[in-house]
Parts: sequence; C-alpha cells; structure tokens
Amino acid sequence: MANLTTDFIGIKSPNPFWLASAPPTDKEYNVRRAFEAGWGGVVWKTLGSEGPPVVNVNGPRYGAVWGADRRLLGLNNIELITDRPLEVNLREIKQVKRDWPDRALVISLMVPCDEESWKDILARIEDTGADGVELNFGCPHGMSERGMGAAVGQVPEYIEMVTRWVKQYSRMPCIVKLTPNIADIRKPAEAAKSGGADAVSLINTINSITAVNLDTFSPEPMIDGKGAHGGYCGPAVKPIALNMVAEIARSAETRGLPISGIGGVTTWRDAAEFMALGAGNVQVCTAAMTYGFKVVQEMISGLSQYMDEKGMTSTADLVGRAVPNVTDWQFLNLNYVAKAKIDQDACIKCGRCYAACEDTSHQAIWMHPGRVFEVNDAECVACNLCVNVCPVENCITMEPMAKGATDPRTGQVVSDYANWTTHPNNPMAKAAE
Amino acid sequence: MTNSQLTPGIVPGRLPAESYVRNFSDHAPPLDRHEAQVAADRCYFCHDAPCITACPTSIDIPLFIRQIATGTPDAAARTIWDQNILGGMCARVCPTETLCEQACVRETAEGKPVEIGRLQRFATDHAMAGPHPYSRASLTGKRVAVVGAGPAGLACAHRLAMRGHDVVVLERREKPGGLNEYGIASYKAVGDFAQAEVDWLLAIGGIEIRSGVELGRDVTLEALRADYDAVFLGLGLAGVNALNAAGEDLPGVQDAVDFIAGLRQQPDRAAIPVGRDVVVIGGGMTAVDAAVQARLLGAENVSIVYRRGQDRMSASDYEQEHAQNAGVRIICNAAPVAIHGNGALREVEFAYTVEGAGGLSQTGETFRLKADQLFKAIGQKLGALPDGLSRDGSKIAAETGLAGVWAGGDCTGGGEDLTVTAVAQGRDAAEAIHASLMG
Ligand SMILES: Cc1cc2nc3c(=O)[nH]c(=O)nc-3n(C[C@H](O)[C@H](O)[C@H](O)COP(=O)(O)OP(=O)(O)OC[C@H]3O[C@@H](n4cnc5c(N)ncnc54)[C@H](O)[C@@H]3O)c2cc1C
Ligand SMILES: Cc1cc2nc3c(=O)[nH]c(=O)nc-3n(C[C@H](O)[C@H](O)[C@H](O)COP(=O)(O)O)c2cc1C
Ligand code: SF4
Repeated sequence: MANLTTDFIGIKSPNPFWLASAPPTDKEYNVRRAFEAGWGGVVWKTLGSEGPPVVNVNGPRYGAVWGADRRLLGLNNIELITDRPLEVNLREIKQVKRDWPDRALVISLMVPCDEESWKDILARIEDTGADGVELNFGCPHGMSERGMGAAVGQVPEYIEMVTRWVKQYSRMPCIVKLTPNIADIRKPAEAAKSGGADAVSLINTINSITAVNLDTFSPEPMIDGKGAHGGYCGPAVKPIALNMVAEIARSAETRGLPISGIGGVTTWRDAAEFMALGAGNVQVCTAAMTYGFKVVQEMISGLSQYMDEKGMTSTADLVGRAVPNVTDWQFLNLNYVAKAKIDQDACIKCGRCYAACEDTSHQAIWMHPGRVFEVNDAECVACNLCVNVCPVENCITMEPMAKGATDPRTGQVVSDYANWTTHPNNPMAKAAE
Repeated sequence: MTNSQLTPGIVPGRLPAESYVRNFSDHAPPLDRHEAQVAADRCYFCHDAPCITACPTSIDIPLFIRQIATGTPDAAARTIWDQNILGGMCARVCPTETLCEQACVRETAEGKPVEIGRLQRFATDHAMAGPHPYSRASLTGKRVAVVGAGPAGLACAHRLAMRGHDVVVLERREKPGGLNEYGIASYKAVGDFAQAEVDWLLAIGGIEIRSGVELGRDVTLEALRADYDAVFLGLGLAGVNALNAAGEDLPGVQDAVDFIAGLRQQPDRAAIPVGRDVVVIGGGMTAVDAAVQARLLGAENVSIVYRRGQDRMSASDYEQEHAQNAGVRIICNAAPVAIHGNGALREVEFAYTVEGAGGLSQTGETFRLKADQLFKAIGQKLGALPDGLSRDGSKIAAETGLAGVWAGGDCTGGGEDLTVTAVAQGRDAAEAIHASLMG
C-alpha cells in the first residue's frame, strides 16, 4: 500500500486529507470524531479576536444547487467565523492536539487589520500546541464588510503586511488562505510570498446567489424575506479552484510556493487532481458536510490504490506532476488533429450528440436510418462537445490522427508540432519574422 | 434425439441442446462498467446505513459502492472481503430482497433499491482477476483443525490463516465448497465459480484441505482436540427430514438436495434424467431450486406443494416469483398423505390443510397429483455428531460445551441457514479462536 503520509511545510499528517476551516472543524466534538474517522488534519474554524464573538443569523444560512437525483453540486453559505468564545476554542484545540499528536491541527485566524490585533491573537494561541496558522483572507460575506476576510484578501498590499506581522510575532508555519473573488489569483499569492508566508491555501468561497424564490422574490437562502450573497463551494467550484491552483503553481513568481488545494474535493480523484496541479495536500468542507466524516475512507483507499497502480510510493511523487503540462493557449499544438468516434456497440441511440453537433457545432454527425449515429470525419473539428453530452462514458472517444495522415476536413497532412506563435494567420508571427 | 418433454418416466435429453445452454446460463448476468456506474450513482451513502445492519456479515455497503462510483472497484472488493471473504458467492446467491436491498432507503422511496448484490459482484469479479489481496500475519505456530469445507469452514480457515495460524480443513466430500459446490442452483454460480473462489481463497497460504476425510468415520473429535490447538466444526446439515408418508421408498422419490448435488456435478445437463411430471414437497429455497431446475431440464409439469399458506413459505416472494416465471405451479395448504405407484411412482396424494389455533390440521378433503418423480425438500437436519456437544434445539450450540471446540454455519442455531450467515459465523469463530489462542 502506498504511503500517504504527508509533510506539508513541516506539518506532518498520516494522509493529505484535511478538513477545511468551516463548520466540520468548529468544535472539539466534531474534530475528535473527524480524527476517529481517519482525517489526516484539520484547520480549525476561523477564530476572531478576544471579546464578544460574532453572531450568526438565526434562519437558514445555506442555499444549494442540485444535479440529477438531487445530488448536491454546489452549496452556498452566509455563515461567519466562529461564534463561540475564543477561550473555549483555545482550550479545546489544546486538548484535541494533545490527544491526537499525529494529526495536523492548524488554527485559522481572522482579526482586524491592525498590528496590535494580530500580535495579540498570535500570543494567545502560542501554547495550544497547534501546528500552524492559516490566515483567513477569504471569507466573502459578513466579515469583509467589517474590513476583514476578503476585504483584506482583495488587496495584495494588506496581505503582505499582515503576513509579515504574523511571521514577525509567531514561530508557527503560516498558510495564507486566498479568496477567489479577485481578477488575478497570482497577485495575492505573490503578496503572501513576499510577506513570508510558508504556503497558500485556496480557494475560499465564491460570491454567489444560488436561487431566487419566485413567490417571495427574495434570494435564497431567505431570512425574513431578504437574502444576501453568500460563499459558494462544493463540486461546482472545483474547476475554478483547479485553475487558480495551477496558475500559482506555474507562475514564475510563485513557483515552488507550497499550496493547500481547496474547493469541491469530494473523491480521491479530485484530491489527486489538485495534487497533480501542485497542491501538497487538500482541504475538504462540502463533501464532509454532505456525506459525513466517513467519506474520507474512500479518499484514502482510492488515492492509495491509484498511487500503487502508478508505482508512486509517496504523495511527493504525485504533487506537481501535471504542472509542466499546463501551458498557454498559444503554445498548444495546432497540428494535433483528432476525430470523434462513436462506439456503435456502446451507443444507446439517444441522439444527444447529433442534436449538439447539428444545432450548435459543425454538422459532423450523420443520423442514418435506424438511429445509427456516425461521425463524418470530413466535417468533424474534434471540438469534444459530443463526448461531453453523451450519457454513456467512453461511448464517444477522440481519436488522434497519425502523423502523415491526411485530415479529410482540411485536406492537409498531419505534421509536426507547430503553434500559434508561428502560424501564418498570426499577425504577430509575421511581425516577428 | 428421441426424448421430448412428453416422454413418460424419468429420462434424460428432453430438450434440444441449445435449450440447456440457455436455461443454465447466468441467471443475473454481470453488470458492465456503465451499468455499474449508473447503479452505484444511486447510492445515497446513508449514515449508519440500514443495509449494513441488514447484512449478516456487516459489509460496509455505502463505502464499497462509493469506491465503485469513483472508479476503484478493487478497493471496493477489499471493503467487501474485509467482512466477507466469500463476497463473490454471496453476491450471486444472497436473497438480497430480504437482506440488504430490502433495507435500502430507495426501496422505501421508490420501491427500487440500489442493486447491492449485482454491484458486489461487479467489484469482486473485477478484483478476483487480480492477485489474492490478503497476506498472513507473522506465523504463530498454532494449528487449527476445521471440519467441513463449506462457507463456514472456509471463512473460518481464511481468517485463521490471515491471523498467522496454520489450518487443516477436513472435508468428507471430494471437492471443497460445501453447498456452494453441491447445493446452490447452477444458474446462480455459473462457470464453476464455486471452485474458482475456493482456489482464490486458498491463495492466502497456510490452509491445507484434506478431502475424503470424515469426522466420526476417519477421525474422532477426541483425536482432533488432542492433535490441534483448536477445532472448528462447520458441518452443515448432513441429514434430511423424512416425509413419513406411505410409499416414500418407491423409486422416483428422492431428496431434493441429492438431485441438486447430482445436477451440479454433471456439466452435461442433457445427460441428467428428469421426470415428465415432477412434484416437489417443501416451501423453502431448496424446493424452489429443485423445481426450477427440473423445469429447466425439460420436465413438462412441475408443482411445489407446501403444507401451510403461501405467506409462510420460507422462499422469498422473489424466489416464488422466479419459480412461477419458470412455469412452476405452487400449491399451498396441502400435505402429503400417500405416495402411490406400482413398482414406479405414479401419483402423490395430498390432504388439504388449515392452520388454526391448535396448529395445522387436515380438512379431510384430498387430491392426487400425477408424478413420475418426487423431490423431498422439507428441511435438512444434523447428521451423526460426536459425543459431548451441547445442543441448541435441533442444532449444535454456538458455545459447544467442549473446551477448544467452536462451531458455526448451518450446523449451529442463530441466524438463517444462508451462505452469508455461515460466513459471518465462521469468521467470528476464527476471531474467537484467535483471541483464545493468543490469550
Ligand atoms: C439446495 C440449496 C440451495 C441453497 N441456496 C441458497 C442460496 O441461494 N443462497 C443462500 O444464501 N443460501 C442457500 N442455501 C443455504 C446455504 O447453502 C447454506 O446455508 C450454507 O452452505 C451453509 O454453510 P455451512 O458451511 O454451514 O454448511 P455446508 O455448506 O453444508 O458445508 C458443510 C461441509 O461440511 C462437510 N461435512 C459435513 N459433515 C462432515 C464430517 N463429519 N466430516 C467432514 N466433513 C463434513 C460437508 O461435506 C460440507 O462440505 C441453499 C441450500 C441448499 C440445500
Ligand atoms: C458553512 C461554511 C463556513 C465556512 N467558514 C469558513 C471559515 O470560517 N473560515 C474559512 O477560512 N473558510 C470557511 N469556509 C470555506 C471552506 O473552508 C472552504 O474553503 C470552501 O468551502 C471550499 O471547499 P469545499 O468546496 O470543499 O467546501 C466555510 C465554508 C462553509 C460551507
Ligand atoms: S441540520 Fe437541520 S436540524 Fe440540524 S441545526 Fe441545521 S436545520 Fe437544525
């Protein structure tokens, strides 16, 4: 069995699956049960300053988006940071860490954006035995209106400044959690790095309204007839998170900065994808909230089976493996030619590929008598739409054409690698000559 | 071919060759990848799932289904085998409609449970194509004798070997497997699956099977207790209940289990003789299997006759429906009173019954069914037993009363007489033996 032990910025855990700072990690009861279920670590629900804790709404704080069969695909929330007293949280953190020394326990923090506040909170958590801190610069609602969370996370200078304070007043490893509610994710990551952060984690939740009630005309979740935008998470946000992780992993400025990948991790495969794109570990919230703590067992067995099959002996063998293959569009091989192919034995004759291609693509699928669907190579541009809309996995595949073959659509021979930068249609390419 | 469905008497070759192939092919064909994906996607991953509770071996069903859904069927198989080393056979033979699938919340919601049994088969079939996944703990030097190579004995032996003990299995029959090999309906475990599964199970090492050795005839319990550190009895039920009706010894009258065992051991189904008019007496799975397989062999008329009401039959609704779909007639509330024939079986006479406060009584009205073959399927019972064992009703008590001797499976009380129950009891006995040996 592959060894899933992970060392993330010096913080060791028996596996790379941590629970993200959120309700699953809000209290000792939860975290103990999470550890019993097998989670490798937790980032404790974000702590605020000393003093009266924040309050939450007393009506629904979640909204959701479902797929077929009411599968939860996206969750949105208007919850704030912990609403429990600081001392209670600190006492519990200390006890849990003492009883579970082999698990990672990181404290998430969000306090007002002044040096004193950060110095004070760091002193208070000093003797909990926690393995590190995560700076929550990501929460998109409630806290940002108070000048915290995403309000800081959207201003790279603030990130750098706060990170510097944290590194100055604490010996703990420091992870900066990034908000995705920003145009270019590399900027806050660079700021965190300049401030001395040991790692970044991303993504926090995305500004969203999940639905509108068409009887009361209020956004969901609705509190007494009104609604506020909330933070979106769950499987639906994974593609956005993957891209942001990859951007940081491959950018010259931030390359090598450790990343904790967050956003829609639900199965071992999601986790492996984040890791291949450069995440040293992953954090999970919605999957645990949807299926319970036990869901980690599938992640553990799946990742170890995958690693065994690939001959990987440690998670380090996987981390970053896909990063070199993330490139810019202009470097893609324009001489790579593929054609869709429909497996007639697997086809159930629903015709979705035909509708998609005929109505919205390139009219490259024939519908023969008897509902036989066949690709016309002379029209197929290999866009992949038919593959994506087909309900049967692997029924339609993309078959690359061999070098030297003639593409019946263009009449051109498939030749060696060449990209847009040298393409005759590219005015810039000509200029360069 | 000279015989047909209409040929009187008990004769082979009633059907054209291709009919046998069709009739004895896989009763519930395996799911392909796509079907498995769709079926697995239906599981809700329930908390403290009722299906787990309903499985006698407590397989973590939501977990293994999730592992299938995420493309790791081998991990799914591990989850299954961790609890039930004969998960492959159980996937084929468990009456899931009264076990896990009955408890599925989607049965409540839609009347259509997640297809747990077929998904279990998908995972185990996939992983059995690979190497045996378990290895042995460091050897303890302890030796355990297991008597009976049925599901109980095999499950016990595997778990013991895994814990580092050496195991010798004594089996009186020629082949291991117990009723998996000699009892289960042939269309439930096609392709010699029972032997393939035994071979796969033995690949863990440390288990020696000695066939043709019978406890009581070739070796005594006393000797086993003296020679081994512990003994497990997984004897099954070697005896068969008698009808106690006149004419029971006429030719053509046979125990259903013997008919089935013969059928399982004859790969050329066309060579198996079967009656034109077949009567099966009983109300359980054995009765159904004998009746259905008689039909599949070409019997023209097959009737199951059960002495109580249909709701009291121990064959599940699903099994009963299966029999009826195969063209078997089920007659209830009728008990055999006489078997008529002159040299050969001709007719069976039944009395109608009613069930009242005082139990079952006959109404006095009788009828006769034409029969050239009669199968008795009114229950099995323990065979001859060594002295000193405690009893639990008609069975061996799970606490055998003899130091160093454990028992499980059909020969003991507790739980239904099912493959899966035998596996659970064999496994648990192995853990108890292990705990006691390692003190
Ligand atoms: C016809 C039929 C159909 C069935 N169909 C199903 C089904 O579809 N699904 C299901 O779940 N269950 C089914 N069952 C029940 C199931 O087969 C049994 O519950 C299960 O096999 C019990 O396992 P066991 O190990 O206790 O006993 P067995 O399978 O009976 O194995 C006992 C073994 O011990 C050996 N043995 C006995 N005495 C001695 C001795 N003195 N010395 C040495 N060896 C000895 C026997 O030869 C045998 O190999 C069926 C049973 C029958 C009879
Ligand atoms: C109800 C809820 C509360 C959350 N609270 C916090 C928080 O206090 N601090 C924080 O850093 N992130 C918080 N998050 C964000 C999660 O930690 C995580 O970044 C996000 O949900 C994306 O991961 P997921 O798709 O696995 O849920 C919260 C998320 C949810 C759903
Ligand atoms: S999950 Fe349901 S029952 Fe539990 S606190 Fe929330 S609304 Fe109440």
